[in-house]
Amino acid sequence: MKKLVVLIFAAILAFQSAGCANKGENLDTVKVVYWEKWTGFEADAMQAVIDLFNSRKFTNKDGKVIHVEMSVVSELDRRLLTAAAGGNPPDVAGVWTWLVTAYAEKGALTCIDDYLREANITEDSYLPVFWEICRYKGKMWGLPSTPGSAALHWNKRLFREAGLDPNTPPRTIQELDIMAEKLTLVKLPGQDSPISFYELKSRTNYKDQLAQGRIIQMGFLPSEPGWWPWSWGYWFGGKLWDGKGTVTTDEPGNIKAYEWVRSYSEKFGVDNIKKFSSSFGVFSSPQNAFLSSKVAMIVQGVWMYNFIDKYAAGMDWAAAPFPSDEGRLKDVAYVEADVLVMPRGAKHPAEAFKFISFVNTQEAMELLCEGQVKFTPLKNVSEGFYARNKNPYIRVFRSLAESPNAFITPKMIIWQEYQREMSFAYELVRDLKAAPKDALAEVKKVMQRRLERELKMAERAEGKK
Amino acid sequence: MTKGEKKDLLKGILFTSPWLVGLSIFVIYPVVASFYYSFCYYSVLQPPRFIGLLNYRDLFTDPIFWKSLWNTAYFVIFMIPLGFVTSLSLAMLLNTKVRGMAFYRMIFFIPSLVPMVAGSLLWMWIFNGEYGLLNSFLVKIGIPNPPNWLMDVNFAKPAIIIMSLWGLGQTIVIYLAGLQDVPVTLIEAADLDGASWFDKLWNITIPMISPVIYFNIIMGIIGSFQIFAQAYIMTNGGPQRSTTFYALYLYQTAFEDFRMGYASAMAWILFVIILLLTMLVQRISKEKVYYHGG
Repeated sequence: MKKLVVLIFAAILAFQSAGCANKGENLDTVKVVYWEKWTGFEADAMQAVIDLFNSRKFTNKDGKVIHVEMSVVSELDRRLLTAAAGGNPPDVAGVWTWLVTAYAEKGALTCIDDYLREANITEDSYLPVFWEICRYKGKMWGLPSTPGSAALHWNKRLFREAGLDPNTPPRTIQELDIMAEKLTLVKLPGQDSPISFYELKSRTNYKDQLAQGRIIQMGFLPSEPGWWPWSWGYWFGGKLWDGKGTVTTDEPGNIKAYEWVRSYSEKFGVDNIKKFSSSFGVFSSPQNAFLSSKVAMIVQGVWMYNFIDKYAAGMDWAAAPFPSDEGRLKDVAYVEADVLVMPRGAKHPAEAFKFISFVNTQEAMELLCEGQVKFTPLKNVSEGFYARNKNPYIRVFRSLAESPNAFITPKMIIWQEYQREMSFAYELVRDLKAAPKDALAEVKKVMQRRLERELKMAERAEGKK
Repeated sequence: MTKGEKKDLLKGILFTSPWLVGLSIFVIYPVVASFYYSFCYYSVLQPPRFIGLLNYRDLFTDPIFWKSLWNTAYFVIFMIPLGFVTSLSLAMLLNTKVRGMAFYRMIFFIPSLVPMVAGSLLWMWIFNGEYGLLNSFLVKIGIPNPPNWLMDVNFAKPAIIIMSLWGLGQTIVIYLAGLQDVPVTLIEAADLDGASWFDKLWNITIPMISPVIYFNIIMGIIGSFQIFAQAYIMTNGGPQRSTTFYALYLYQTAFEDFRMGYASAMAWILFVIILLLTMLVQRISKEKVYYHGG
């Protein structure tokens, strides 16, 4: 009997130690585990940087060689949560912008201020917006990897067909609206060639005609692709909160933006738009609304080039800053970055930081950004970087990231909820179910209460520390 | 207990230990922990902090909580009777003596083998307002303006119910097994007495398979209250939160907002709701369910 018990325990122990042993780690090397959220060519670009790092055979203070191993992890934010809670997180993780705030607030990241000082890395080397993305409550929690900014993309062929100058993008939202009308084509029953909405709207009973006909092309749709329904206010001078404790959803800029969203539904008809949007395929496919030339203008990130290249290679397109309301604000753009962070509780923080700082050298960063066809978040750009970059409008995206009107994901601890609430309000406004003012007032009411509750909880947690 | 018995007990425990350990670690501990967390402010990333009934109090004033509860109740109210009628009628059809029955049975079972994600993606195209199979069929039979299913506040929930009816294969098989257990002698006796088809169904078949109906309804209630994947994949809760079901909102609070304590409280409320409903069904079943030979 005793033997049996001993045997079973021995088996369990053997099983455990086999599970825990770090493969690839021996006496002379330290393995740094890196979790990457990208797949495909974007992950390949990161792998190239990792290969470069590993080939340099950097050592830690004990003289051991640091070896980075990348794992591509789907739904990284959720897995990271469970790994961090279980006390076994990766040494480095490449996360979305919003996660920095959420994790730093909950004390789940290692502050890198001391490491930065030691490595003599300062904000002077970065475009300010990217340093800002990595900062929370005055401390640094990571460094950027690849950045992105969003701009207006337009289909030049459709511009030409609509009699517009393909090289002149709209300079104001109002210009954009008129262009959108000219670019919107409606097929009326019994007629062979479509008519532009601009022409149609001069007829007295145009709404009936529109309902009987079918939209076959649209100039612009605030809901396509609809990734950032919370962001429209920024082009109208709005902001979502004051940076401290007040939700400002009901600012005039935000209301004006949602009124603008509503104007599209009123103009083209909720059902007509929905019918038309049903014809779009998934984003990453040739049936994408923009790639299949169904929508002539969209707001998209620097990454859109890769999708154009893959699914609509011959497309004649261009990119420029998305215009603001009456052109009052110059170069307004949503900017984000992937951030390399060190989850608290990871085994090799010093070695992990060595890797992060390596990615942030000009050489490695440009290799990475060129591979992912993005611009670099670093101030210095090497000669030939732009020439080598495959995106013909890469400078547009870079200059948007340099713009004082660039905005980032608000660093709110309730951001995910706020974002969902904004999407809900957006849908109500878009479907003409609520007035913009009322819908946004409701968001403010709900989110202000939530923010206050969370701030109080955070305060209490601080007090306990 | 003699020495021999003690030894036997130890051996018994040892041999069942893989299961016991699994049950304690993966079921009992999480259940107990979630009950405790439901009274805590708990983000998973920080240690839980006891806050008493605050989560429960917040839930009762949370409009999304009520909305999600209503959405789920709507789903359950339609899904249970519709599922019952559909699966029992199909099982009865599949219980007739027709050539090639094995083939028909397979056809109706196959959908339940399709993984939920693949099935949902497929149905997104079936429900597509412009190019969907369903709408082109509806237009053909003379409905000129069929709804834009998943994009329409009033039709998104019905769409998910229709899709769920498609995956009833398992239930059909259980009914089928029950139907084959109905004694032929009773049916023959009723035939001799000149009973109609409906008389036989109402007075023989349904009472004889009542334990199976009881089982399927309880499982149906539990499953329907937990509806998640279809909405998560097809609509992500929209449009206008019309498909934000209870489990979806619970998931969002737990894994998107890091409010595990709040989500735990939601889970326990759901547990109580399902428990009460099951007890209700059980009480009704005491009078209505007939166990022959039992």
